[in-house]
Amino acid sequence: MSDPLMTLNTLVLGQRGRVSGLCATDKTRRRMLDLGLIPGTVVEALHQSPSGDPTAYRIRGAVIALRAQEASYVYLEAAGNGGEGML
Amino acid sequence: MSLARSSTVRAALPQGQRFEIKRSSPDDLVIALAGNPNTGKSTVFNSLTGLKQHTGNWPGKTVANAQGLYRYEGRTHVLVDLPGTYSLQPTSAEEEIARDFILHGNPHATVVVTDATCLERNLILVLQILAHTQRVVLCVNLLDEARRKGLAVDLAQLRELLGVPVVGTNARDGVGLAELKAAVLAMATEGAPPHTQAQAQTQAQAAGEPGGDDDEAVAKIVHQAEQIVATVVRPLVSCNQAPDRLDRRIDRIVTSRVFGIPIMLGLLGVVFWLTIQGTNYPSQLLAEGLFWVEGQLSAVFLTQGWPIWLHDSLVLGVYRTLAWVISVMLPPMAIFFPLFTLLEDLGYLPRIAFNLDSFFRRACAHGKQALTMCMGFGCNAAGVIACRIIDSPRERLIATITNNFVPCNGRFPILIAMATIFLAGGTGLAGSIGASLAVLGTIVLGVVITLLVSRALSATILKGLPSSFTLELPPYRKPLLGRVLVRSLLDRTMFVLSRAIVVAAPAGLVIWIMANVGVGGTSLLAHCAAFLDPFGRALGMDGYIIMAFILGLPANEIVIPILIMSYLGQGSMLELDSLAALRGLLVDNGWTWLTAVCVMLFALNHFPCGTTLLTIHKETLSAKWAWISFAVPTVVGIVVCFVVAQGARLLGLV
Repeated sequence: MSDPLMTLNTLVLGQRGRVSGLCATDKTRRRMLDLGLIPGTVVEALHQSPSGDPTAYRIRGAVIALRAQEASYVYLEAAGNGGEGML
Repeated sequence: MSLARSSTVRAALPQGQRFEIKRSSPDDLVIALAGNPNTGKSTVFNSLTGLKQHTGNWPGKTVANAQGLYRYEGRTHVLVDLPGTYSLQPTSAEEEIARDFILHGNPHATVVVTDATCLERNLILVLQILAHTQRVVLCVNLLDEARRKGLAVDLAQLRELLGVPVVGTNARDGVGLAELKAAVLAMATEGAPPHTQAQAQTQAQAAGEPGGDDDEAVAKIVHQAEQIVATVVRPLVSCNQAPDRLDRRIDRIVTSRVFGIPIMLGLLGVVFWLTIQGTNYPSQLLAEGLFWVEGQLSAVFLTQGWPIWLHDSLVLGVYRTLAWVISVMLPPMAIFFPLFTLLEDLGYLPRIAFNLDSFFRRACAHGKQALTMCMGFGCNAAGVIACRIIDSPRERLIATITNNFVPCNGRFPILIAMATIFLAGGTGLAGSIGASLAVLGTIVLGVVITLLVSRALSATILKGLPSSFTLELPPYRKPLLGRVLVRSLLDRTMFVLSRAIVVAAPAGLVIWIMANVGVGGTSLLAHCAAFLDPFGRALGMDGYIIMAFILGLPANEIVIPILIMSYLGQGSMLELDSLAALRGLLVDNGWTWLTAVCVMLFALNHFPCGTTLLTIHKETLSAKWAWISFAVPTVVGIVVCFVVAQGARLLGLV
């Protein structure tokens, strides 16, 4: 889990990760920031749609669905259970 | 502060619209209502103003702006319900409306509604707004839901930290609204209270950002929200489980690989079945009652000795059409809408969007198109306006053009009547299940056509790749049954019915005149129908049906009544007081199951109604796109009906 290039779309369901950076641009980046996806935020992968994409994530107490494409713009460092950024 | 200043070149609101605040006197106080999507903003609005703004448990519900009035302490407050927004840096047209009004609309006060169960994310917007204006009242809504989830919010401390009035509410039950009104009046008339040192520091932190779109600035605000929540939100009981584990458990089932799609179809099927099963009897009762009244009306006309042409045109033309509109349309709507509103209130619609997203992605369309599609079930014009939640112009156009492929209120009764009369294959349980499956199949076909046409548009005149999107899955909420009933019956059902009646009355008169004024011994109606007949036959229908669809342009609700009037106008003396009689009339006029199928297909795929076309024109500011929206479904309908009709004939099925 210490792979520095791990991205959100590879996060296994039920697992948590801590955001280390975003490589999205423009509006996508802006929307992600507004949702609270900043370095340090803990994100949990919750469940997937019937086709496996999009995936629902818990982000700062809200449940947000992201397509795999967008989730791949979010870099993660591994996080254990709990941690800051969780409600 | 870059955000405020850089946008002083006041961006025109999308689609050339601006807020026009309707103030009756200069003393009126203008109050903006802002907040993240899905925080119960519209419920707060309704509770304060008594207006029946349609609310729903999904993000992006308030797309058009709504204004309402309420009086408090002798002052009139004009409340402006802004579209839900995540930030002051808009990423879609509707968010831009909210941003512009908060920053430049100069409201006397801005009420920011927040969701107590998700305060941290909500505070990001609050802090952004506070960086621009102090005339803010913070409304922490859904406190009861937070308590159920084991969270307590310390409102006094929140007020202390933010330096603005904080009011806790449960808007659905009216709790806290009196305090909210008082706080709003005080803020609007007296302005923001002076700050303590700690508050000034909080404000300075938020206001001191070098640029609103700067990562660091956002991070700062997010961290600040984090700190505030860490201070003011406390778990009520010490438990290790996530507060929303029931929601997640439901989500895992209704969006699962195995059950997700079947549950969706099943729910829709049950809604149709209940509608069809429940419609029969009241429909017949209504028809009997209304035709009894017709007899009484005729008697009055005859005893008064009024001219026979007056009796015929008013009673047999106008009244009879109205009677049909009401008895055919009212019962299915009165059952369907409350059921659909129930699903909406529960929060199921975003799950539909979640389940269907991969299909829309493959069609190169926007994920939120599933939501605008669901809005189309109520009314396609509303669905077209809802397309504002899609930020990419290309995908918004695709959603607009294809919205008509889901049947609205006006077309539902056509589908239900056709399925019940011709496809049910008998009465009883088997019949109603058969009819429900036929309607369900039509809807699924509509969705498939939506996807195919979206794909085709993406590959031709609206080339491009799907843009990014985020979809919030809000917590499930227990609907208030009473409110659902009242709202869906009064607002939706009565609204649609009255619109149908307004259009149907003159249409009935026109049809009667056309059926009774003739050239060369044949009525005008027969002339027109004869002209359209070859075309209609090729599509599995006849000239009268095509004409009914054309005359139904102002409102699809009147297609069936026009059809009945035209067939009856041919001298038939039938007493139409039941669906069986209607079936008899149609069969007498050469209908088969294939005619019914083609009518259902054409009802699903033909030009949008006049209101929808005007709305498309207004939203896109372009006659070209309105015409394309007219042509695309019409061509699809002609092709589909032609293939089905000719195919069935070739195969010798009829």
